[in-house]
Amino acid sequence: MTITSTRETEIVPDPTVPLIRITREFDAPPEKIFRAHTDPELVVQWLGPRDLTMTIDHYDCRTGGSYRYLHSRDGEEYGFNGCFHEVRPAELIVQTFTFEGFPDGVALEKLVFEDLGNGRTRLVATSLCDSFEERDAMIASGMETGIVEGYQRLDELLAG
Amino acid sequence: MAADALSRVFSALADPTRRDMVARLTLADATVNELAEPYDVTVQAVSKHLKVLEDAGLVSRSRQAQRRPVHLEAEVFDLMTKWIERYRRQAEERYRRLDDVLRSMPGTVEPTPPIPSNKPIQTGKPR
Repeated sequence: MTITSTRETEIVPDPTVPLIRITREFDAPPEKIFRAHTDPELVVQWLGPRDLTMTIDHYDCRTGGSYRYLHSRDGEEYGFNGCFHEVRPAELIVQTFTFEGFPDGVALEKLVFEDLGNGRTRLVATSLCDSFEERDAMIASGMETGIVEGYQRLDELLAG
Repeated sequence: MAADALSRVFSALADPTRRDMVARLTLADATVNELAEPYDVTVQAVSKHLKVLEDAGLVSRSRQAQRRPVHLEAEVFDLMTKWIERYRRQAEERYRRLDDVLRSMPGTVEPTPPIPSNKPIQTGKPR
């Protein structure tokens, strides 16, 4: 399913593999966007959700490097970590992503910086999850009601 | 299970023909023949698509003799749309913050990743 508005972020959950593709265009050249993804001083300014405090433990965005950061609110902390598998300036970042609350799970993320010319860039970010369940949980986790309530609601609807 | 149900709805809606059928069913119930009309495919092919939508709980078919119109389960459809839209909006918010960061950056930047420091860095306390 594709939901698009002009130039806004587009989301496509893949039907055949547990993958989400997020596409967005930026009025900046690839070098700048790459920098904003690799410099922790910049990453901390945009990556975390607005209502949570983001703390970067370490962020070594180079081939073979790793990262760890925390989102926290009211004393509750959610940790995330992963490795940078391949990092090519202004072109590509391949990394793993694990939510520490579920350490056995890992998603493979690929960020491709497409130069559109005229100082513009298309960023295509894909997340390949372990299973459809995890992929869909990731999408549903965005719901205010939370995933459990969301699923309950779905169960009710499908049972009705 | 619920997660499987969600996956079924996602994959059911991932096909452009099925998405189009769902879009048309948001306007009114329709028979298989009516649904097949605009497409260059057989009624059998459309029936197959309908089966997928039905298994996902997105549409139902009444037992009314002969006509058996297809009915969209709008609530299930709306819920899916909302879940994806909310996820999309979060990504968009994140990227708007990135837009701001990009605007605040100098005209030219180093093309290589920076050498990381070992100090923790926190929101709202850059540098």
